Amino acid sequence: MSYISHNGEDLGRILAAIGIERPDEVFSTIPPALLCGAGLAVEGPKDEESLRRELDFRPSRVVFAGGGIYRHHIPAAVDALASRQEFVTAYTPYQPEISQGTLQAIFEYQSMMAGLTGMEVSNASMYDGATALAEAALMALRIKGIRRVAVTRAMQPSYRSVLRTYLAHAEVDGIVEIPFDPVTGQTDLDALEKSAGPDTAFFIQSPNYFGVIEPMEQVARVVSGRAGFWGVAVTEALSLGVLKAPGEYGPDVVLGEAQSFGNPAGAGGPLLGFFCTRKEHVRRMPGRVVGLTKDREGSQAFCLTLSTREQHIRREKATSNICTNQGLCALRAAIYLSAMGPEGLKRTALQCAAGARFLMGLLKEKGIAPVFSAPVFHEFAIPMDEDKLKELKSAGIVPGVPVSRQYPEIPGSVLVTVTEMNTQEECRCLATNM
Amino acid sequence: MSGNEYVTRFPEVREPLLNLKGAPGKNKRVLPAPFDTAGAADLPGTGDLPDLPDVSEVETVRHFTRLSRLNYGIDHGMYPLGSCTMKYNPKITEEIAARLAPIHPADTAAMEPVLERLAQLQEHLGEICGMDACSLWPAAGAHGELTGMMVISRALKSRGDKRRTVLIPDTAHGTNPASCTIAGFATKAIPSGEKGYLEASILRQHLDRDTAALMITNPNTLGIFEQEIGAIAELLHKNGSYLYMDGANLNAIMGVARPGDMGVDCMHVNLHKTFGTPHGGGGPGSGPVLVRQELEPFLPAPRIVRDGSGAYALEEEPHPESIGKVHSCLGNVSVCIRALAYILSLGSRGLREAATTASLNALYLKNRLKSLFDLAYETPTLHEFVLSDALQKEGGVTTMDMAKTLMDFGFHPPTVYFPLVVAGALMIEPTETEPLEELDRFVQAMENIAAMSREEPEKTHESPRTAPVSRVDEVWAARNLILTWPDGRIQPGEEGI
Repeated sequence: MSYISHNGEDLGRILAAIGIERPDEVFSTIPPALLCGAGLAVEGPKDEESLRRELDFRPSRVVFAGGGIYRHHIPAAVDALASRQEFVTAYTPYQPEISQGTLQAIFEYQSMMAGLTGMEVSNASMYDGATALAEAALMALRIKGIRRVAVTRAMQPSYRSVLRTYLAHAEVDGIVEIPFDPVTGQTDLDALEKSAGPDTAFFIQSPNYFGVIEPMEQVARVVSGRAGFWGVAVTEALSLGVLKAPGEYGPDVVLGEAQSFGNPAGAGGPLLGFFCTRKEHVRRMPGRVVGLTKDREGSQAFCLTLSTREQHIRREKATSNICTNQGLCALRAAIYLSAMGPEGLKRTALQCAAGARFLMGLLKEKGIAPVFSAPVFHEFAIPMDEDKLKELKSAGIVPGVPVSRQYPEIPGSVLVTVTEMNTQEECRCLATNM
Repeated sequence: MSGNEYVTRFPEVREPLLNLKGAPGKNKRVLPAPFDTAGAADLPGTGDLPDLPDVSEVETVRHFTRLSRLNYGIDHGMYPLGSCTMKYNPKITEEIAARLAPIHPADTAAMEPVLERLAQLQEHLGEICGMDACSLWPAAGAHGELTGMMVISRALKSRGDKRRTVLIPDTAHGTNPASCTIAGFATKAIPSGEKGYLEASILRQHLDRDTAALMITNPNTLGIFEQEIGAIAELLHKNGSYLYMDGANLNAIMGVARPGDMGVDCMHVNLHKTFGTPHGGGGPGSGPVLVRQELEPFLPAPRIVRDGSGAYALEEEPHPESIGKVHSCLGNVSVCIRALAYILSLGSRGLREAATTASLNALYLKNRLKSLFDLAYETPTLHEFVLSDALQKEGGVTTMDMAKTLMDFGFHPPTVYFPLVVAGALMIEPTETEPLEELDRFVQAMENIAAMSREEPEKTHESPRTAPVSRVDEVWAARNLILTWPDGRIQPGEEGI
């Protein structure tokens, strides 16, 4: 395929206007030694049918995998609306007068995310939950007196990895991992109390990586007034449909992954990092943000704002380098939340929680108990060895995400996730195959 | 302002905020309910009903359809944003990407063919750029820059070298210094020469034992090929410094010249610029990083590997010298698959034809416009060029006025006030996919604007007049900071807005 519109006559006119004879003359400023002589070893050109045939991907039959990326029902309206090319083929809304659609939708996304997390402001999105955590830590380290970062070991492992990657290049006195209780799966509050000083930014995740709901009131009591800064990561945004808004416990930031809001698992991406904070931190916040304003006639309008924090003005002193973010994913989240509404979000969250309990019951009948005792939202770790995983794979069943590689202290276990996309029959199928 | 102004017109000019619509019980969606929710009664820490608008499906659909119509996209018309490469986004790539939707990354059986295709994209990008290894995980261009600079930082550390200054020409994008700062470097801006490209003799004056790298965009943001790149690379390498290339403008040279052949050690490409994937109103993009062999060990984890049976998989243990993970999963996978579909649909010759036509289109516009507007640099350019408002400013017409007036002619404006080396810059990049008729229409619009600037300059101050809103007050937004919908359902216009 070629997406160039010129025919021979057009090309002739263009060459004449430029005053050259051959198209290749446009490259006269490139030193000849640097020009590729022969063609590149790149396949193609291919027609659309060949692409359809060759680039075909299909999921396994029965899937109980989550662990930070979730399969949820996506109302048909989300795809229909988010694929409107007015949204898809627009650039970042630097010219607000002809970008009001993107701007208003992102403003609505910000409003709904702030509401759901119980925080005052939300940015326009981050790459994913892991980079949102890393940027939150960098933001905390810009506050005078904060020099250390503490994070629960029950935080999603990939988030901790990305955090370490970013902080390896920052001025920080240390990263501390707070252990979790091997029986309950909850963060060890005594250890937290010892680590949480005024020079420390502390991050907890709830529900945590093991699906376990952290005792947030106690956590808040331990941390408030003790840690210099603290944040809550939420890797399953759908939990916000039924659990108390994390902002009510008083953290400085609530951040995480909102892929569950209308974005598919998509083989791992794009994801949708969210970042919510309090007004007092807004000038330190990373990423773009849309504000409400007026046009010359006094009508309501929207535009990108607080750009004095950003790289195109502040350059090396910017609060972050993030520029292009996950705009279309945030739009999908806004459409999803509008389509689901308050009742729909809550009922779906309850479905997930009920499904996990249903499967847990079936597994208990077979003598398989969860690794941890504390209550979960919609996922839980169970013992399972590599052979069993392989056996299930060949039967087209994905029982969950293996956790032992990241947690050698929990050998032979898998994190099983149930959502409203699973059926009772699928649960029975998994239990029977155990 | 009365409520009547919120009645939607056709064509739309504005749409009320979603929170002003709906009421309890409006949303009657029937949802999947495979389980008995009584089973979830033990859930601790539950809260109130989430605070969301309660609207019907029809209202959701109309709301976002109306919003979409307040947007200008590539599919409307020319979008000549310099250095953003707003080319046509082939629809087949959307269809292919949608096939990834139901796959969970832990579904290893389903992921094998996905990883195989991602590996193929890495190879093709390596071939196009003349680089040895690639990581697809950075989610955007700035993320790619950051990842690349972390790779360089790690490489320096590994050889026990404490250099920490990165030199950046004054034509660079603002993300360059910001990314360097986060990667732990200090940055120093250096002037490009009078001809609009960095001269090796200028670089030599700034090189010292603390120079970790030079970060250069080639072709640069003036659209000029960095003609001394070979000598620059040599100087850097002799000094023990790395050459980083920002691949934002790779579209100009893909299939024609390769950064690896120019001596580039590390670079990123923007799949959402060069390789036809849509910008989505601000992402998701993708910013793969490519390196020369000696930097490969430092690439982010996990790498795609082939197991004993030849199947594609993710490595289980990261390379000990890897910078670590930069994304919680695999970056923007579906954007990568779109880019692969784009590359395969064009093939080697198509890529070269695209690059050539991108320059032809830009040069056509430049030649037709240079008598009416100030051209900052005489040096020949490739895929984009920079005009300024120097000739119009005398009559009181600024670059911003011209940009907003272009909207009234049905165009998205070019990039404005960038690069910073040109006062009142208008940076124009039409891309290869613009038909000649559209280029001519743009020339006509610019000719009209030039005439307006002479004859009735005040008219340009009132633009845009045909956009959904008139000129937006960005200062008011920054001063008042209304970042979420007002709690008390305030109608903007009532509270002094």
